[in-house]
Amino acid sequence: MTALANFVTQLPILSAVTFLPLVGALFILMIRGDDATVARQARYVALWTTLFTFALSLLIWVRFEPATAAFQFEERFDWLPQYRISYHMGVDGISMLFVILSTFLTPLCILASWEAIEKQVREFMIAFLVLETMMVGMFCAMDFVLFYVFFEGVLIPMFLIIGVWGGGRRVYSAFKFFLYTLTGSVLLLVALLAMYFQVGTTDIPELMNFKFSREMQTWLWLGMFASFAVKVPMWPVHTWLPDAHVDAPTAGSVILAGVLLKMGGYGFLRFSLPMLPEASAYFAPLVFTLSIIAVIYTSLVALVQSDMKKMIAYSSVAHMGFVTIGVFAATQQAVEGAIFQMLSHGVVSGALFLCVGVIYDRLHTREIDRYGGLANNMPKYAFVFMVFMLASVGLPGTAGFVGEFLILTGTFQVNTWVALLAATGVILGAAYMLYLYRRVVFGELTKADVKEMLDLEPREIAILAPIVAVVMWMGVYPMSFLDIMGESVANLLKQYHGALATRAADLEPLGSSFIAWLR
Amino acid sequence: MLVAAVFLPLLGAFIAGFFGRFIGDRGAHIVTCLGVGLAALAAIFGFYDVVIAGNQQVINITTFISSGTFEAQWALRYDTLSAVMVMTVTVVSTLIHVYAVGYMHHDKSQPRFMAYLSLFTFAMLMLVTADNLVQLFFGWEGVGLVSYLLIGFWYHKPSANAAAIKAFIVNRVGDFGFLLGIFAVFFLFDAVSFDVIFGAVEGKANAEVTFFGIHAHALTITCFLLFIGAMGKSAQLFLHTWLPDAMEGPTPVSALIHAATMVTAGVFLVARMSPLFEYAPTALAFVTILGATTAFFAATVGCVQNDIKRIIAFSTCSQLGYMFFACGVSAYQAGVFHLVTHAWFKALLFLSAGSVIHAMSDEQDIRKMGGIWRLIPITFTVMMIGTIAITGLPPLSGYFSKDMVIEAAHAAGTGPGNYAFFIGIVVAGLTSFYSWRLIFLTFFGTPRADHHTMEHIHESPPVMTVPLMALSVGAVFAGMIGYSFFVGEHREEFWKDAIAILPAHDSIGKVHEHHPSFFIKYLPLFVSLAGLGMAYQMYIRRPDWPGKLAAAFPGVYQFLLNKWYFDELYDWLFVKNAFRLGRLFWKRGDTGIIDRFGPDGLSAATVVAARRLGIVQSGYLYHYAFAMIIGIAAIVSWFVLGMD
Repeated sequence: MTALANFVTQLPILSAVTFLPLVGALFILMIRGDDATVARQARYVALWTTLFTFALSLLIWVRFEPATAAFQFEERFDWLPQYRISYHMGVDGISMLFVILSTFLTPLCILASWEAIEKQVREFMIAFLVLETMMVGMFCAMDFVLFYVFFEGVLIPMFLIIGVWGGGRRVYSAFKFFLYTLTGSVLLLVALLAMYFQVGTTDIPELMNFKFSREMQTWLWLGMFASFAVKVPMWPVHTWLPDAHVDAPTAGSVILAGVLLKMGGYGFLRFSLPMLPEASAYFAPLVFTLSIIAVIYTSLVALVQSDMKKMIAYSSVAHMGFVTIGVFAATQQAVEGAIFQMLSHGVVSGALFLCVGVIYDRLHTREIDRYGGLANNMPKYAFVFMVFMLASVGLPGTAGFVGEFLILTGTFQVNTWVALLAATGVILGAAYMLYLYRRVVFGELTKADVKEMLDLEPREIAILAPIVAVVMWMGVYPMSFLDIMGESVANLLKQYHGALATRAADLEPLGSSFIAWLR
Repeated sequence: MLVAAVFLPLLGAFIAGFFGRFIGDRGAHIVTCLGVGLAALAAIFGFYDVVIAGNQQVINITTFISSGTFEAQWALRYDTLSAVMVMTVTVVSTLIHVYAVGYMHHDKSQPRFMAYLSLFTFAMLMLVTADNLVQLFFGWEGVGLVSYLLIGFWYHKPSANAAAIKAFIVNRVGDFGFLLGIFAVFFLFDAVSFDVIFGAVEGKANAEVTFFGIHAHALTITCFLLFIGAMGKSAQLFLHTWLPDAMEGPTPVSALIHAATMVTAGVFLVARMSPLFEYAPTALAFVTILGATTAFFAATVGCVQNDIKRIIAFSTCSQLGYMFFACGVSAYQAGVFHLVTHAWFKALLFLSAGSVIHAMSDEQDIRKMGGIWRLIPITFTVMMIGTIAITGLPPLSGYFSKDMVIEAAHAAGTGPGNYAFFIGIVVAGLTSFYSWRLIFLTFFGTPRADHHTMEHIHESPPVMTVPLMALSVGAVFAGMIGYSFFVGEHREEFWKDAIAILPAHDSIGKVHEHHPSFFIKYLPLFVSLAGLGMAYQMYIRRPDWPGKLAAAFPGVYQFLLNKWYFDELYDWLFVKNAFRLGRLFWKRGDTGIIDRFGPDGLSAATVVAARRLGIVQSGYLYHYAFAMIIGIAAIVSWFVLGMD
């Protein structure tokens, strides 16, 4: 037993969690046999690998020390020593839960693809495992170059998942996704290079301590913003998201909404805010403006959608608008709320896409009007969908409430207008979600093919039940999560406001003279 | 005990909701009725413990949200205000549960219904026992959710679905204000728990803030925001439109939503926040004027409606107006007193109306009733009791509470108080008129139903009539018993510090000090009798009058019949425009501008450029992926090699 305990404590756990999926992918590569055998075995290997990865990642949570803001489970190896670029991994209270989110959603995605993916199963599973490695690695990376490799690496499997296993105009969507994200990435790369040339290292903690000049900050901030804003996505660079979701297979949508959108918000928290405090404060009004437009504009667009996935995609843009507001409001409640909102949105919107997948698998359409009256023949489904719908609406007692509430509470302390305008999302969000639910689940059961749809099967229950539990847990006892992030967020904000107080007394946020004129 | 009173209904709801298929309809009935029944017993004990034995307490369960200085607990706060609410809610809810067993016995999803009722009760209990604004908001949204589920219970009916969504969204508009109110409270006090807020309020009495570009007295703007929430939940003017439509739900739902629970939550909120409102006289004036105006508006509309439940719904809206203007003149105790008596007689009225509908083969239009009082004597009797109570005839409960509300408005001596007093008198007459009109049209005169319906008229089974009788006992005695405690000479030891009133605002005290003149005292009674006489004249002696009157003033009649055209206005102003804007943003904004000049334009340009360069699209995805990897590799190696 002690040997095992030793092994567990000695294990470079972040690397283990990151690369375990890649090991699974290698196993899948080695499977031999006819197509059916390969497909079946590939599924099982992928499932067990991801489940094991999840179990292992829970160890990180268990052993995580919430009372400190320091990076934990650090690993550091020289990679390109002559350039002072190293393989440096570590997590703090901000990133740790995203690792868990990624490892939690991946096995559910494998299960959701169990029957839905019929062609090239082996390749699909490999793509997914590679994707998991990239996601986890990105959240653990403590070196900017390492981060960038993972950050961009995520694109490739996702691009393939949409382009190969998607439907509809999948090539168009895959390219749109690619074009948007790559454009942003190039600018991020430029920012990365510029930082490197100035500081001489890409180690993230060192970059955090380096004080860039104000002008430099402005340009760096814009470069990063181009990349992160596309990922979030913020208005007006959001139009790739609805198309990507519509054409992606269910599992692809889940990861896209569940984890990939969080990369932007995480980037803001990891880079923009701590490394570029003055520029962040300067551009905060810009972020607020775009986010408020996102909340109101995309909520209204969501209202008129006839395609379920498109509607949920637009609702994601609105929900992520809250996140960017929270990050740049930069108060304890707002930032904790933003992180919480990212986690809850990851779980809830992922679950909503799974719910769409359930009925898509049966009727092969996403047209809202093709359904109706599912409460009659699919009561279990109706219940599960109801829970996620309410969580998306932000009902207290579900995951969706806590994040939105904390963001708005924190933002109100900084800027009442932003809180007021963003809070309209509370009304609009209810409108489009209830309207969707009514058309799909309520009403008379009249259509012959809808009548024949069967309720959730055990596999689907196994996918959705854990998410229901998590959604309720996050809603009723959010402290399990808030406790983890509290210290790190407090430290981040201390640095941030400290930097502003000492060096930016004269800083006028963007557009402040305009606002003064308005008053 | 106190914990049991809150959580037993949740347990009942859980079992009936998730295991309804295994325990069957009967099992679900037993489990849920037992849950709320035991909760009611615990609540009575709790009431004794808290109010009479004086053991006010806060039971901490665990932390709900803690972030920086923001702290909110899951806790049960027991003071007089919450003990009164818990007792009223659980007892009335128990009777409604029992009644529902009979009323819903034809329905195919009874466990679901019973589970909803219990869940609703639980949410309401969480609301009234909250120790902070966040938990209060939890209960607040909880009742909103379950009312949505209950109104849309018959989900195959499009009208029920529409009404359910409308209820939720209009309530959300109120919640929007409520949320901002919570943020403002946190801004001012750096706390959301009641003890801290109330302890610090005096120091903030003159604080000023700038919210939304408005520089104003801090507590006024805070209370105003909180009151917007109350307006939504309690269906006050401008946010009332969901309430009449909520009649789409089964009748026990109407009773539960309108009587003991949901709609009174707004009144409860104002009473609970009385320490804040006391320092915000402008907000109080607004509460008074809006309450009084709502009372008037709803009463006028109630006079011309023909759906038996709709009339009672508007009556509720109107009575809530009374409760609010009572709070507005700082007579919170009178407001809560009227809330309690109203819970009894309004539940009674709704459930008797359900019994009438049951007897009339689901007919709800009172123009198609009449002449049935001999056929359903128990229902008739209890409905008479409810009507006497609501019209404020002594010695039934409405007389005591409504009189105190009106007298307090008069005693306040302020401008808004006088306005409320005047409206209160007028509305007392209107209330009497529409309530008796309902009785006369439903039970008296010549039968107007077809003979098929008339043959089937039957009294409801005991499972429905016994709760009705129990409620009528409350409707008769609640006022008499409660008067001296709620608003009479024992009020101070009864309320303790659950409600705070500045000495200068104590309008109930003024009522007791300067006994109102005979005229003020008996005016409500007089106008109530006048309303009765008028209804008698128009619907018994000269039934041809109403038609002639409507024909003589078609404009007024249509205006009232269409509920002052609020629905049409909102639909035109908000609903249509939301969809129009959504379509505009989508088609013109996303597709027309962003995509056209963004990615599509760019890729078109790229394709053109690529053709020129002789690279033709192969159409194979792998090629693109490969090209992409090579591109990245090239960039990275350029970066690394370019270092040297």
